[in-house]
Amino acid sequence: MALDAETLSQLLDTVGRFVDERLRPSEQQVEDDDHVPDALIEEMKQLGLFGLTIPEEYGGLGLDVTEEVQVALVLGRTSPAFRSVFGTNIGIGSQGIVIDGTEEQKQRYLPGMASGDIIGSFCLTEPDSGSDAAALRTTALPNGNGYVLNGTKRYITNAPRADVFTVMARTDPDTPGARGISAFVVDADSPGIRLGKPEKKMGQKGAHVCDVVFDDCKIPGDALIGGVEGQGFKTAMKVLDRGRLHMGAVCVGVARRLIGDSLAYAMERKQFGKPISEFQLIQAMLADSETECAAAEALVVDAARRRAAGEPVVKQAAMAKYFASEMVGRVADRAVQIHGGAGYISDYGVERFYRDVRLFRIYEGTSQIQQLIIAREMIKGAA
Amino acid sequence: MKVLIPIKRVIDANVKVRVRGDGSGVETQNVKMAMNPFCEIAVEEAVRLKEAGLAEELIVISCGVTQCQETLRTGLAMGADRGILVETDAELEPLAVAKLLKAVVDKESPDLIILGKQSVDGDNNQTGQMLAALLGWPQGTFISKIEIKDSGSAITREVDGGLEMLEIKLPAVVTVDLRLNEPRYASLPNIMKAKKKPIETISPDALGVDVAPRVEILEVTEPPSRQAGIKVESVGELVDKLRNEAKVI
Repeated sequence: MALDAETLSQLLDTVGRFVDERLRPSEQQVEDDDHVPDALIEEMKQLGLFGLTIPEEYGGLGLDVTEEVQVALVLGRTSPAFRSVFGTNIGIGSQGIVIDGTEEQKQRYLPGMASGDIIGSFCLTEPDSGSDAAALRTTALPNGNGYVLNGTKRYITNAPRADVFTVMARTDPDTPGARGISAFVVDADSPGIRLGKPEKKMGQKGAHVCDVVFDDCKIPGDALIGGVEGQGFKTAMKVLDRGRLHMGAVCVGVARRLIGDSLAYAMERKQFGKPISEFQLIQAMLADSETECAAAEALVVDAARRRAAGEPVVKQAAMAKYFASEMVGRVADRAVQIHGGAGYISDYGVERFYRDVRLFRIYEGTSQIQQLIIAREMIKGAA
Repeated sequence: MKVLIPIKRVIDANVKVRVRGDGSGVETQNVKMAMNPFCEIAVEEAVRLKEAGLAEELIVISCGVTQCQETLRTGLAMGADRGILVETDAELEPLAVAKLLKAVVDKESPDLIILGKQSVDGDNNQTGQMLAALLGWPQGTFISKIEIKDSGSAITREVDGGLEMLEIKLPAVVTVDLRLNEPRYASLPNIMKAKKKPIETISPDALGVDVAPRVEILEVTEPPSRQAGIKVESVGELVDKLRNEAKVI
């Protein structure tokens, strides 16, 4: 639903206060413990963050994509690990059901996802299939009234905490590529599911990924999302398409944070008798970061507005995610540089963000895949 | 029990306040506004009373410009049931607010009125006391604890040098201090639901209250900026300066 300006601004204010007062003070602790405190997760539930994008009739807020983007900009002001706690519930973990699920699947899963009692997770990537998602090998073969799943899914965000997985698997082994793939909603306590050890990662400590292994995992027939076989790849692409704008907005939010931190540091830190912000080479870095960040924000906001208005935005969404994630990488690099030695020391948190933002160029579609999408859409449009 | 919670829209406590160029007051144009933090504590306490089954209806009320509706919405999102806006563009002094509130109290007959002890803009700390006087009701100011009993209300006040425990009869006016509670964040679903809760708008004229100011502000100035300190060479010099210049030892 489209919120009036006053309600939206109140909502954003509240999320902003929560981010500044509750999340930011715990950033370093989450990094050190590799764990988001349960009390904070409970507060996120109370606040309603898990249900941002789930329709109102299923207990969520039903934000449209322009509103979701505004919230994501605010959430970007703190460590990405916090957003990751509910990130799969508002994105890839729930949207398959929201977009293509049957009414029964929506009734069964969405209210719990909106409240945060059910954690959703998205299983697409495999050991031998990442960017080339259509080459996935996990199978879901008919078994009585249901299916039996076999295969391994890799780097699955929030899998260690997940209650339900959206799983892409091949229902028709004879049809190669995208058309043989179906999407399933699988309860995490189904027999035959095994989780790998949580991976050690470069950054985003506190957010966990691991393998999800299906070993003769039997699931009922009504686990098939939308009730139709062969639609799974399309579902996955629709889910990722909406997620691109959200990720783009998070990148802009993180960049704003880093620019703010860099500016504050540059105005305080004195060298050669004056604040380093008065030196033109520092100013150049600040100006580049500020300008690129504003450009990314404009791309994200414009694409979101177009999408909300019903325009197709495959190219715009890819451009937004591509540019914003690359941008925040450059901004984080400059932030370390402006902070100098302090940027390399953990206490200031800048090096933590430098590591955290590296993932944005990789997950939910690498930069290279975004480039392919953009060019493909250009050629399609010109042909 | 019906509880009335008067709340005020003030400059957000996190904003650095600037004095207007002409010294007539502080700059409020394009400045972020929010609910006065003490008022938030008052709303929170009322919501807790309702959650504990001790209050049935919570009414938030604000006096001032149209935008005070936003502040009322915040109160509604926190859990109040309905709002009243006494709408006026006039600059309101504590006495005017107290009179407006009294007029509303006469109509609504609440059993308890909970206010912030003061607002962080004027720091007057007068409205609650004036309201109690106008109503002829008992008052408990700067409370850090409140318990509702059959006979009335047991309150704990923060006073110089300690805590004072009192019992007051209802209806009463209480003003809350910082340590009473920690206000909740309005949940996002409740913010959206608050939109559907009713806000009634009335004018000071309709209440028959004259809000003309009784006090004239001559000038508002920034506090003097702090002078740079000095470094002393030795403890002896420090002691000498403390004794002979600062005359504190």
